[in-house]
Amino acid sequence: MQLTKTVAARTFASLSSQLRVLSSVAVTLLLTFIGLTSVTFTIGRVMPADPVLAVIGDRAPQAAYDRVYKEMGLDRPIYEQYYRYLGELSRGDLGTSIMTSQPVLEDIKRFFPATLELSTIATLIGVLLGVPMGVLAAVNQGRLLDHFVRIFGLIGYSVPVFWLGMVGLLVFYGKLDWVAGPGRIDVYYDGIVETVTGFILIDAAIAGEWDIFHNAVSHLILPSILLGSFALAYIARMTRSFMLDQLNQEYILTARVKGASETSVIWRHAFRNVLVQLITIVGLTYASLLEGSVLTETVFSWPGIGQYITTSLFNADMNAVLGGTVVVGICFVGINMLSDLLYKTVDPRARS
Amino acid sequence: MTLDNKPLDEIGLKAWLLAVAPKSPAQARCQRAYLAWRSFRSNPIGMIGLCIVSGLIIVAVLAPILTSGTGLEPNLGNRLQPFSWDHWFGTDQLGRDIYDRIVWGSRITLYIVGLVSIIVVPIGLAIGTVAGYLGGWVDNFLMRITDIFLAFPRLILALALVAALGSGIENAVLAIALTTWSPYARIARAEVLSIRKAEFILAAQSQGASSARILLRHVVPMCLPSIIVRLTLDMAGIILTAAGLGFLGLGAQPPLPEWGAMISTGRQFLLDQWWVPTVPGIAIFVVSLGFCLLGDGLRDTLDPKASDR
Amino acid sequence: MKNIMIRITEWVIAITATLSLSFAVNAETPKNTFIMAKDISDIITLDPAEVFEFTGGEMIANIYDRLMMYEPEDLTTLVGGVAESWDTSSDGKSVTFTIRSGMTFHSGNPVRAEDVVFSLRRVVKLNKTPSFIITQFGWNADNVDQLVVLDGDKAKITITEEFSPALVLNALSAGIASIVDKKEVMAHEVDGDMGYGWLKSNSAGSGAFSLQAWKANELVSLKANPSYRHGTPGVERVIVRHVAEPSAQRLLVEKGDIDLARNLTPDQVEGLTGNTDLKVQSDPKGALMYMAANAADPILGNSKVALALRYLVDYEGMVNSFLKGQYNIHQAAWPSGLWGAYNETPFSLDVGKAKELLAEAGYADGFEISIDTLNASPFPEVAQSIQATLAQAGIKASITTAEGKTLWPMYRARKHQLILARWSPDYTDPHSNLDAFARNPDNRLEAKLTGVLAWRNAWQKDEMNAMVDSARNEGDLDTREKLYHEIQASLQMDSPYVVMFQQTEASVLRKEVKDYVSGSLFDLIFYRNINK
Repeated sequence: MQLTKTVAARTFASLSSQLRVLSSVAVTLLLTFIGLTSVTFTIGRVMPADPVLAVIGDRAPQAAYDRVYKEMGLDRPIYEQYYRYLGELSRGDLGTSIMTSQPVLEDIKRFFPATLELSTIATLIGVLLGVPMGVLAAVNQGRLLDHFVRIFGLIGYSVPVFWLGMVGLLVFYGKLDWVAGPGRIDVYYDGIVETVTGFILIDAAIAGEWDIFHNAVSHLILPSILLGSFALAYIARMTRSFMLDQLNQEYILTARVKGASETSVIWRHAFRNVLVQLITIVGLTYASLLEGSVLTETVFSWPGIGQYITTSLFNADMNAVLGGTVVVGICFVGINMLSDLLYKTVDPRARS
Repeated sequence: MTLDNKPLDEIGLKAWLLAVAPKSPAQARCQRAYLAWRSFRSNPIGMIGLCIVSGLIIVAVLAPILTSGTGLEPNLGNRLQPFSWDHWFGTDQLGRDIYDRIVWGSRITLYIVGLVSIIVVPIGLAIGTVAGYLGGWVDNFLMRITDIFLAFPRLILALALVAALGSGIENAVLAIALTTWSPYARIARAEVLSIRKAEFILAAQSQGASSARILLRHVVPMCLPSIIVRLTLDMAGIILTAAGLGFLGLGAQPPLPEWGAMISTGRQFLLDQWWVPTVPGIAIFVVSLGFCLLGDGLRDTLDPKASDR
Repeated sequence: MKNIMIRITEWVIAITATLSLSFAVNAETPKNTFIMAKDISDIITLDPAEVFEFTGGEMIANIYDRLMMYEPEDLTTLVGGVAESWDTSSDGKSVTFTIRSGMTFHSGNPVRAEDVVFSLRRVVKLNKTPSFIITQFGWNADNVDQLVVLDGDKAKITITEEFSPALVLNALSAGIASIVDKKEVMAHEVDGDMGYGWLKSNSAGSGAFSLQAWKANELVSLKANPSYRHGTPGVERVIVRHVAEPSAQRLLVEKGDIDLARNLTPDQVEGLTGNTDLKVQSDPKGALMYMAANAADPILGNSKVALALRYLVDYEGMVNSFLKGQYNIHQAAWPSGLWGAYNETPFSLDVGKAKELLAEAGYADGFEISIDTLNASPFPEVAQSIQATLAQAGIKASITTAEGKTLWPMYRARKHQLILARWSPDYTDPHSNLDAFARNPDNRLEAKLTGVLAWRNAWQKDEMNAMVDSARNEGDLDTREKLYHEIQASLQMDSPYVVMFQQTEASVLRKEVKDYVSGSLFDLIFYRNINK
């Protein structure tokens, strides 16, 4: 009897602690969401760019201006506009974009996969090359290879991406003809493959259109390598420092003394222990690539969400800006929280 | 740092700096700084960074001596000239000397870097130390705000802020600062938590020092090293963001020789007059790299434990 | 460890090699498809009753036949489009249009007088921005049902204002006179919107192409109309691809991934001169670049200062350098090459003269002033050149660049000092520009005539208003032309505008592309003869 009670109490305690974690996650999400939308909303309303003129053009007479001003609800106090926006949002309605005349949700469905495709592949490049590089550097600490990785990482940090992108396009597309040019796909292939996922690679593969697949890959290579090299720089750097931490631990010495092979020490013992930390870092990188690709998208004429938000911003198309920011923000927060949660579940030390 | 292997004839300033028992707090402080410098000096990466950053400062200060003009006056008869003795880095689309513009542009870069630091560090320190020191609901409240800012897509927020405030270098700086302060608050808070119960704080409290005094005199100085390291490492990002805003036409206004804006207006010449966007690109790269290297070196010296976080 | 490194190096080399070999792309676009790169971010609608943007105007010009038209074969003669012939009543107040027989819409429906009446009424009732082009005839939502009517199998329009008949017919060649397919449009009507929601991104016309897809900021795809009245167009598909970066456009056209690049800068065009795969086509445009001085400003309101500004622009220097081949000096408010043009260019950079004028005005030591302009090339460059020449007369100017959406609200609220901007005519009658530049019926701030340039610059002259009205109403063509010359000559010497340049569009084409026709107006660009 006593025993079951303790078990029940313990289960309850653990349940309630999980509940507490969950509710705290929910509160953070909610707060972030409100912060995100209200700040963006306010910015949109105090901006000197005029959304009414985005609709009617700069030469419209005042009567037309006043009418549209009212239609857009801009004559209402800002908190009321915001409240109304939240109401519509809760029904899944992100409003209509001025620029595209389409529901913002439709636009996002069109532009977001392009960014997702780019940053996913870039992250993959970063992980596949960056992790081994970081491990190698840590193992060879202080030697040439280590310095190389360190310097390479710092260089990756310091190059202006928009400049490197232009040079890359010029060299690899303009001069060498190794890859396809700006854009996501050659334009005459557009509209042939049915949009299922929005990811051209997957859609083309589903349809069995290998020409298109091939074309899309050749468009994707350059921007993803470029973005990927930034991911790589960061991931390699972090991997190196995590590995160094581990390699200085006692259990590594024990393993070595026990006669474990060097490969086994590195990969089976040390590397396994940095995995969780690494996942957090990869999550962070992925999230920052999602939002940080604005400049790359500009240089490569990539029809992604970053470009969508930027152009909308310049055109005072606030529904589009808000919608885009909310989606990117949620992904951003979501990825961060996931990696955070993962970290906490796997690594008992971080729980406290 | 041990003193055993030093030559015995060290006297004067050096001896004072290395004295085993400092005679005044000032001497102790100087000693700490000197030792840090010695350890930093042996770090080649950090030294390269220091050279680049001091080079930038020297160039910015000496700009009037180093150049023959302001780099602002168009000279339409002299456009897009390649490298020559008269124009070391050629001329741009309005016939202005690119070397002059790069040199004067270093002042703008320093201005951005300085202004961002001046805004970010106090905000981050204030929020972080207050939250960490006072704890309780203040901590909760402040950290929630910090978390929200951390969760923002930063580049997009900076873009939106500049769009709202209007183009211009001050507004770009403000936007960058408002989107970068949050990690500093976190760092400061973490530092405070680790020393809040330290003896010297408790001692100050028992002597009846006010919270403000303790924060300013005892807590803030302890936080500074890690904040400075982080700031230096972030500088590259800040410079690149400012350049990115300039690239999108939102930063410095013409004819100011801001490097990002120079790349932006020069990019149409990449194919035929490659130097027009390339020289400012390299300038940005070198300076960002300099800050990165310096930050790396500083971290090894000031903050050896906090590897990379 | 060395092994691993070597293996990785091998890997990297292998991957790079595979990629570089397998993804070398074949250049050249399909024979039956014409692809052009252009910045199309300005399109916000493709409904002809609403389109007032450059790219949108160009699209609907190729999708819809208009009541009256200019044809690519002769860009200077106004001919009937959907109208086969027309009769003007003796008092000049009404016109009866006979509709071309045998024409069909893309849907297969025949083109009828009823569609003409519907299309014009629709424009007036929807009351979107460009509707002023025909509502200035005295039409409004209440009276248009009586003034635009079906007359047997003909369409009859009646105007209530005094207007030269030539002007009326010319206005009916603008985009708002595109004839839409009534049956098709009304089939998509929602809540009495006359198909407005649907037509924004669909087409129902009788022109050479139909709209296949418009993906904002990505592309516009047009499909040839095989039963077009002038015969099947030369290519089956036209794709307008959104490429905002001029340097990207240049790479694409050099590699043969597109057939035409629209937004290259003069320097880029010059860089392509040696390339035998490409050719450059230069077409004079009606767009003017001007600087306006807000007369409400205490300094700029002085007409001597405004005049001095005209001598402080390095017209020659700019036209011979970064504007070379794409802008020519033009100093009157109606562009050269069109009927009624006034081609005198009395001003050149003359700092001495400007200083004299400034001294007379009481500003011998200059003053401080701000210049606002667009942030797209070449506006910032022009602004910087002007800044430098102003400085020679002691005027310290600061420049602020912004996107149009940020710039226009300020201009419309009269909050500028100097503004550097662009103007393009809506139809080929001088009234289109001079009505905006010279006529300001009410200069009060509360009047909010925000679409009128003269009002925006707080400038009003009663005799000028009268001159514009009488030129508008004049029936005799020669007298009318003379009146317009007088107006322009007067504006040149006394007005807030420093008109500086007229645009020439340089299009870079692959050499095999033939018969791309680009006229003086933004919507006089025709794809139907293109072949390659």
